[in-house]
Amino acid sequence: MSFNLKDAIISSILTFVLLSFTIGGLIEVDGINVSIGARPSYVVFGCLAVFMVQLFREQSIYVIKLIGRGIKRTIKAEQIVEHAVQLKGSDRFHPIFSAVLLLVLLIYPFIVNDKLLIGMFVDIYIYILLALGLNIVVGYAGLLNLGYIAFYAIGAYTYGVLNHFYDLSFWLALPLAGVVASAFGLILGFPVLRLRGDYLAIVTLGFGQVLVLLLKNLGPITGGPDGIGSIDRPSLFGIEFVRRSKDGGIPFHEFFGVEYSSMAKDFFFYFLALALVIFTIFVINRLIKMPIGRSWEALREDETACKSLGINPTSVKLSAFAISSFFAGIAGCFFAAKQRHISPESFEFIESVIVLSIVVLGGMGSRVGIILAAVFVTVLKDYSQDLQQYRMLIFSLILIVMMIWRPRGLFPAKRSKITIEENISEANK
Amino acid sequence: MQFLEQVLNGITLGSIYALIAIGYTMVYGVIGMINFAHGEVYMVGAFVGLIVMTILSSLGATLIPVYLIAMFLAAILVTSVLGWSIERIAYRPLRGKHRLIPLISAIGMSFFLQNFMQLSQGPRPFAVKQLITGSFVFSDTFSISYMQLLIPATTLVFMIVFTYFISKTKLGIACRATEQDRRMANLLGINTDSIISVIFVVGAALAAVAGVLVSLYYGTVRDTMGFVIGIKAFTAAVLGGIGSIPGAVLGGFVLGFSESFASAYIGGDYKDVVSFGLLMLILLVLPSGLLGKAEIQKV
Repeated sequence: MSFNLKDAIISSILTFVLLSFTIGGLIEVDGINVSIGARPSYVVFGCLAVFMVQLFREQSIYVIKLIGRGIKRTIKAEQIVEHAVQLKGSDRFHPIFSAVLLLVLLIYPFIVNDKLLIGMFVDIYIYILLALGLNIVVGYAGLLNLGYIAFYAIGAYTYGVLNHFYDLSFWLALPLAGVVASAFGLILGFPVLRLRGDYLAIVTLGFGQVLVLLLKNLGPITGGPDGIGSIDRPSLFGIEFVRRSKDGGIPFHEFFGVEYSSMAKDFFFYFLALALVIFTIFVINRLIKMPIGRSWEALREDETACKSLGINPTSVKLSAFAISSFFAGIAGCFFAAKQRHISPESFEFIESVIVLSIVVLGGMGSRVGIILAAVFVTVLKDYSQDLQQYRMLIFSLILIVMMIWRPRGLFPAKRSKITIEENISEANK
Repeated sequence: MQFLEQVLNGITLGSIYALIAIGYTMVYGVIGMINFAHGEVYMVGAFVGLIVMTILSSLGATLIPVYLIAMFLAAILVTSVLGWSIERIAYRPLRGKHRLIPLISAIGMSFFLQNFMQLSQGPRPFAVKQLITGSFVFSDTFSISYMQLLIPATTLVFMIVFTYFISKTKLGIACRATEQDRRMANLLGINTDSIISVIFVVGAALAAVAGVLVSLYYGTVRDTMGFVIGIKAFTAAVLGGIGSIPGAVLGGFVLGFSESFASAYIGGDYKDVVSFGLLMLILLVLPSGLLGKAEIQKV
């Protein structure tokens, strides 16, 4: 164990160069006069920090390892998740745990009875939907989709536009939004998926940009930058969640003979979102056991081997892409119904990065991990006022640090595997 | 006359795309990954140029060449260090992992740089003082501004330097050898790790030149400027055939021309749509690009 004095000096000189011309000078604009203010403290502090880290690199890695081992021994978070939350040896919730969790989630809104706290969970559910959908492409099929929010936008605008012009109801629009989104996924994926996976990343990125651009510019249809407003709220079997019904529906409080409460629609959206999440988890659980789900994962591991076994890589990748877009479309439709107002700015590239960082943090391919990560990221994103300024910085660091430190996420996915019982070496004896 | 004007615009835009696309294509050629942070390097270069310019003007400098040389030198210096650090921090530890992993790290790096600049300077556009004004006037409707000449001229100078570097110097030859066959180059005594660093540094320096030129030409710099241009420069690299350096330059100019004509005849709002459509079309009909080699998959 030694001190890396040379490394420390070199890297602090490099840090000095980097910081002094970026954060070290603050451009101050005053009318037409532009002046520059020096901020030496940032530069000095940054250099000092890098110097210390480099000097004590070996020591700090050793200490971090010790602390990490200590935490693992005392808290055993992973083991708790493994035994109590996850079903052993598979990437699913333990049945008893899921039953308890479901019960808690079902009575949760009645206990808190608070608009903000219920709304927070609705947001979490939307992100869980999105992250589970993205996980199909990124986690199972091993393709990077950087324009995932575009499909979310397509779902939202499908409902928004059809409701605005044709008064289409939410329940019809919900499956339709999914279908439209996956149709776009097919059109986009077809030319690209025949090629190497990297191209998909850049094409989806471009697609996301272009879609926002089109939404802003196709004013007559999409409402331009202002978006579409006063979208109908969904009704439940004709029961509407409003004070007075406009055309023929029955307001819920008349139907049940209770007093009107503005909370009713929050409850309704909460349970609707929960139902969508459960539906999605159910469908994905089934898909991943079907031949198609198995071939997604097989293709991620070895494309050549799959080809030789008669799997058509393009159509398998396309199916992953389309199904994942389907869930984004559904989530988008729900989002439009909840917000009642959609505009292009909700669908910027940042959102795609947030969903991606959920998947990466939880572990690509790990459903349990992703659900836990979605809770964490949504709370960090929307409900941490102090960190508001730095949250995007945090998400970008999550992506880098996780890739270097734990590329399989905090809760790595359990691969389905078969252990051959017979011990070959013993059999040979 | 509008036609000639668009040709000029095409040359200007094309030079910028070509400078950035070289960085993409070299990195892809050697380590086979898309360096998403490359567009952000260009943005940082533009900011460094602006900061140096502001420092110089508050010191009272008047000579335009002094400004230009100082801006280019500072931008190249800082982005070289940046390119080197990006590779060292975010990509090198991930070498040999599944190809998705460096890609995600790269997107994280791109986002980090964008937000870092936003936090340090503020999320708004900054005006850049017009250093070079005036133009050659040919007729009432047609004139060439000095700036429009400076961009291709500077690009040409840096291209010549770069071509000399890559084709004549020992380091450049080692770069090409590493690009052709990394393992073989390693066996022949080339330190491929440091060559990869060199490639990142050179690519970043060229992107910084583009950043300074753009900030002077359009007169504005902001934190999000690198993102879209990064996608477009990558499109240019794919267009020319990824991995091929002359291809990147050619692709840059093809993209520049098609974009300037599209914004003149279709409408400026849709020029991004055109370049994206071009990318899709190329991938559909000519996936290996104009000058690229078809990829052969070996087991």
